[in-house]
Amino acid sequence: MAVTKHTLVALVEDRPGVLNRVSSLFRRRNFNIESIAVGHTEQPNLSRMTIVVEGNDAKVEQVRKQLDKVIEVVKIVDITNDNPVARELALIKVKATASTRSEIIQIVDIFRANIVDVSPDSLIVEVTGDEEKVNSLMDLLRGFGIREIARTGSIALTRGGAGPLQVEEVKAPKQLPKPSIREAETPPDW
Amino acid sequence: MKKTGAQILCEGLVREGVEVIFGFPGGAVLPLYDTFPQYPQLRHILVRHEQGAAHAADGYARATGRAGVCLATSGPGATNLVTGIANANLDSSPVVAITGQVATPFIGKDAFQEIDITGITLPITKHNYLVLDVKDLARVVKEAFHIAQTGRPGPVLIDIPRDILQQEVAFAYPENVDLPGYKPKFFGHPAQIKKAAEVINSAERPIIIAGRGVIISGAFAELRELAEKAQIPVITTFLGIGCFPETHVLSFGWLGMHGMAYANKAVHNSDVIVAIGMRFDDRATGMVSAFAPQARIVHIDIDPAEIGKNVRVNVPIVGDVKNVLQALNQQIIPGEHMEWFNQLDKWRQEHPALVIRDSEAVLPQYVIRQIYEVTKGDATIVTGVGQNQMWAGQFFFYDKPNSLISSGGLGTMGFELPAAIGAKVGRPEETVWCIAGDGGFQMTMQELATIVQENLAIKIAIINNGYLGMVRQWQQLFYGHRYVHTQLWGPDFVKIAEAYGIPALRVKDKVEVTPSIEKAIEHNGPFLIDFVVEPEENVFPIVPPGASLIQAIEIPKPEKVTGLG
Repeated sequence: MAVTKHTLVALVEDRPGVLNRVSSLFRRRNFNIESIAVGHTEQPNLSRMTIVVEGNDAKVEQVRKQLDKVIEVVKIVDITNDNPVARELALIKVKATASTRSEIIQIVDIFRANIVDVSPDSLIVEVTGDEEKVNSLMDLLRGFGIREIARTGSIALTRGGAGPLQVEEVKAPKQLPKPSIREAETPPDW
Repeated sequence: MKKTGAQILCEGLVREGVEVIFGFPGGAVLPLYDTFPQYPQLRHILVRHEQGAAHAADGYARATGRAGVCLATSGPGATNLVTGIANANLDSSPVVAITGQVATPFIGKDAFQEIDITGITLPITKHNYLVLDVKDLARVVKEAFHIAQTGRPGPVLIDIPRDILQQEVAFAYPENVDLPGYKPKFFGHPAQIKKAAEVINSAERPIIIAGRGVIISGAFAELRELAEKAQIPVITTFLGIGCFPETHVLSFGWLGMHGMAYANKAVHNSDVIVAIGMRFDDRATGMVSAFAPQARIVHIDIDPAEIGKNVRVNVPIVGDVKNVLQALNQQIIPGEHMEWFNQLDKWRQEHPALVIRDSEAVLPQYVIRQIYEVTKGDATIVTGVGQNQMWAGQFFFYDKPNSLISSGGLGTMGFELPAAIGAKVGRPEETVWCIAGDGGFQMTMQELATIVQENLAIKIAIINNGYLGMVRQWQQLFYGHRYVHTQLWGPDFVKIAEAYGIPALRVKDKVEVTPSIEKAIEHNGPFLIDFVVEPEENVFPIVPPGASLIQAIEIPKPEKVTGLG
């Protein structure tokens, strides 16, 4: 069976130790996490985990089912085939001299990335996009000398509708959802 | 009304119907022990080692179907529970383990007898809790018993710091649990059940493989109805023994590494397998890629993660076995499979598995068979792990529902004696036989003291061959007859028993076997028999590790027997 990347999205109860339960299950079932990103959701008592894993369909399905058994995992869905919008954020510290700085800035502009720090001998580039975009920019910057990279791992939403993770039991939040400015800036199909 | 954490815990235990706690005190749980006299309805059984508490709770849970409770202090008390918790986890046994923890200000400081037991037991519990606020305690107890006993049962651990046991808070026990992430599916999907019925109704060579899920679900009558209505032979897993009467005409033994060769042959040649409450463990399937190559598989299990985990499944049904079978049975067309049964009978005659060879020596198989004959099958059998376990599975016929208690998934030597304690406490009217090996018995024989202190009339049969027999058998068959560290010196078990105040007999002669069993049963109280058996007797059939089910090594022909060992 073909080994592909899968994006699993889990809604979990916001309690201490949940991340440990999820991550240790991967280790115990001999399964590697490519990336995991955790953050709050529109619902106050729930966190959202976006987990990117590599494996064949059967193995990923097995992991999804095992994760579903974790009591605090309220819902878990494999959204790989739902054509999700997936983004990650990377901070890249790249070596920059007076002679290379403007070239780097040009590349950064093409990628609609931002320069968020300028030092005499380096720049920090902030880039958002899908994994491929971040990799492409890193490849281009590598020639200048990358000093440090921090990547968040992928987060993802399915397009349109209420989403596969709609949890009926949880009451709707009172506060308004925050507008997602960054997503608006970046074309979905970059 | 305000209550202390210790009182809240006891109130919760009483409300959950707990009658007995298997425990061992220590510093961190002293506030709880100090509270016990206020709750005389909670019987506390003092074990001699915490592992015994966990196995006893497990044995109690298996015997009664209700949660078994074990209790230990922090640190070493908690770690000693670990094997028993893992054992309960792999065999889906509802155990609630309560551990003391150092007081909250000391957590994380490597304090005296501090251990991260929730971290340690994370992969071997269905769920666990560290209670950091006394206000959470009542809810946690309620949830723990709910989680342990519903869906696919399993162990739940509650770790309670000493100061939480002492703090006071207004007490109210919750009526319900609120667990949005825990919603076991109890009823099978109607469309899947319909599909399963079609597959079963059109089968030519069907078999049922029934596992412990049938016992847990209490689906004895439903399984029997399905088998009789559709005329399908019932093969059980090892842990499924006792879910279908073994003397029933449709009973066709159990499958797997030491299963009957004819049962394995039936599985291999079947065209439809109805797998019920079982999980295709590697000891049951043999080489997975060669497992039942022609079969369409209907798999009924309450745990969705078990479906498709080890073998491909054609019709998965997630739900409680009893409910699913009730719905399924309505759609089953009465069938008959004469040709298939003729074939099966032929295989059964060609591959006898339960023949005891002629011998003057005390054969372990003969001992088990005589226990069956004397008790007429009316007993609960608790076994150790290894040869004694397999012989107990093979040579006793289990007609009574849920009459075999054994460590299947984890294969824990030393399970037998403490689990027998739990079984006897759960079934005080029943004759409980503990079938032990001389190796496993030495792992937990300190619990003889518990048996005497509680005056539990457990009958103990040690199948004493002076070896770690199953390992020796593997060394003989697969490691060139090199017996490395498997010969086992043992103490005089009769004197050991007598030192604890338990009457005992040693049996070295075949003619003494039956009278000794009779004597043990007649004695009103615990009794031990040390059966000194043929030292190098092997368990047959045996499917070599990594081989397919049909590649079993069967009972050697009589002339070869003398050459063995």
